[in-house]
Amino acid sequence: MDTTVTTVEEENVWGGGNRPLGASYGKLMMWFFIVSDALTFSGFLASYGFSRFKFIETWPIADEVFTHVPFFHGNYPMYYVAFMTFILIMSSVTMVLAVDAGHHMKQKKVILYMFLTIIGGAIFVGSQAWEWATFIKGDYGAVETKGGRILQFVKADTGERAALSEFAASLPDERVNLSREKGVWYMDEGTLPTYTVNEVKEGLKANPNILIRTETITDEGEKTLLTREESLQKINDATMVVEGANLYRNEYGSRLFADFFFFITGFHGFHVFSGVVINIIIFFNVILGTYQRRGHYEMVEKVGLYWHFVDLVWVFVFTFFYLV
Amino acid sequence: MANAHKLEIFRGLLKFKSNTEKIWGVLVFLTIVTAIEVALGITKPYWLTHHYFIGMKLLNWIFILLTLVKAYYIAWDFMHLRDEKKSLRRAIVWTPIFLVSYLIFILLFEADYIYTVYKDSFIKWDF
Repeated sequence: MDTTVTTVEEENVWGGGNRPLGASYGKLMMWFFIVSDALTFSGFLASYGFSRFKFIETWPIADEVFTHVPFFHGNYPMYYVAFMTFILIMSSVTMVLAVDAGHHMKQKKVILYMFLTIIGGAIFVGSQAWEWATFIKGDYGAVETKGGRILQFVKADTGERAALSEFAASLPDERVNLSREKGVWYMDEGTLPTYTVNEVKEGLKANPNILIRTETITDEGEKTLLTREESLQKINDATMVVEGANLYRNEYGSRLFADFFFFITGFHGFHVFSGVVINIIIFFNVILGTYQRRGHYEMVEKVGLYWHFVDLVWVFVFTFFYLV
Repeated sequence: MANAHKLEIFRGLLKFKSNTEKIWGVLVFLTIVTAIEVALGITKPYWLTHHYFIGMKLLNWIFILLTLVKAYYIAWDFMHLRDEKKSLRRAIVWTPIFLVSYLIFILLFEADYIYTVYKDSFIKWDF
């Protein structure tokens, strides 16, 4: 087992200092942490599965939610997430190359590869932030019914989604946003949606081309499209206009969907962020020649383990959030 | 330092000359698997979305299988589990597999039960 760096001389069994698993103390502890963290993530993903199986017929379809690519307009399901996945795998590769260079005591190469790893991680975290921003902003808008279900709008002729701004009527404002300087000083409220329920209702009645789409998934794996008559009937259940997403409700469908999205990708993004920070610390240590003097690059190997673990988790998040 | 990496993947089908070469080989493999996943996710072949196995679409089973394949190569080649002692490898791998299988089994069964409760009993939630 030459690949693991020897830091302690072999001693007799009772004297301490021997390594029954062939791994140093630090590496073993990193593995302990990784296993326990893997169980934490498994708990999150399993509870996501729980909620999804509970609402298996009404869960949002990921392809229809994540359709954006920065700087490009239009409908590109999943390409950007696939790109993010590739970036993370790529930074995993540069990390493992850094570890390999460390084994051969090539300081210059370790510096280069650590640097590339940090860049990859930064691109990933940035993409994640952009993805969140797009998710929170939303794009089409929807209405919520009395039962907390989401109704979305579709153009009858093309079958494309219709944004609220494309058909909502413009009525005189019914109420103004309550802010702290109006009314009682300690009272305020969140931002009001761009349109009121009445404006959406009137817009729907005036546009024969607009149909309502419910959360229920058909046998064909698509959302149920109501007829014009059913749509006009259904809109009377609307109580609230929903644009974008927050922890209470989102325009994509089931409320739990956004909660899990924020929680799981957020927790993973936090791991990537801390991974980048730890990588930067080790990167500077490599530049300062700390490990060159110590005679081995085991620290690089240890942060490498963590970094690969973050990549490993993303592989699962990618599957269960975006593909399945 | 002697090079003691195990330099073959696919059970010896593919042998590499150096560790760096193996790393790039694994990257190519992982990229291909991801590309297949994305292609399947976008095209959604009719046959795979209309045939079920234990209550889940065949397409989803394929996704999960490919994910596990990717996870295997990340853990074995990037995290050097291939080069670790068998005892360490087993302790790391089988502990989560056992616990997670149990958790998934219990949660998904319970979720399916709640689904039938919502569907068949006198609870109105979709209105």
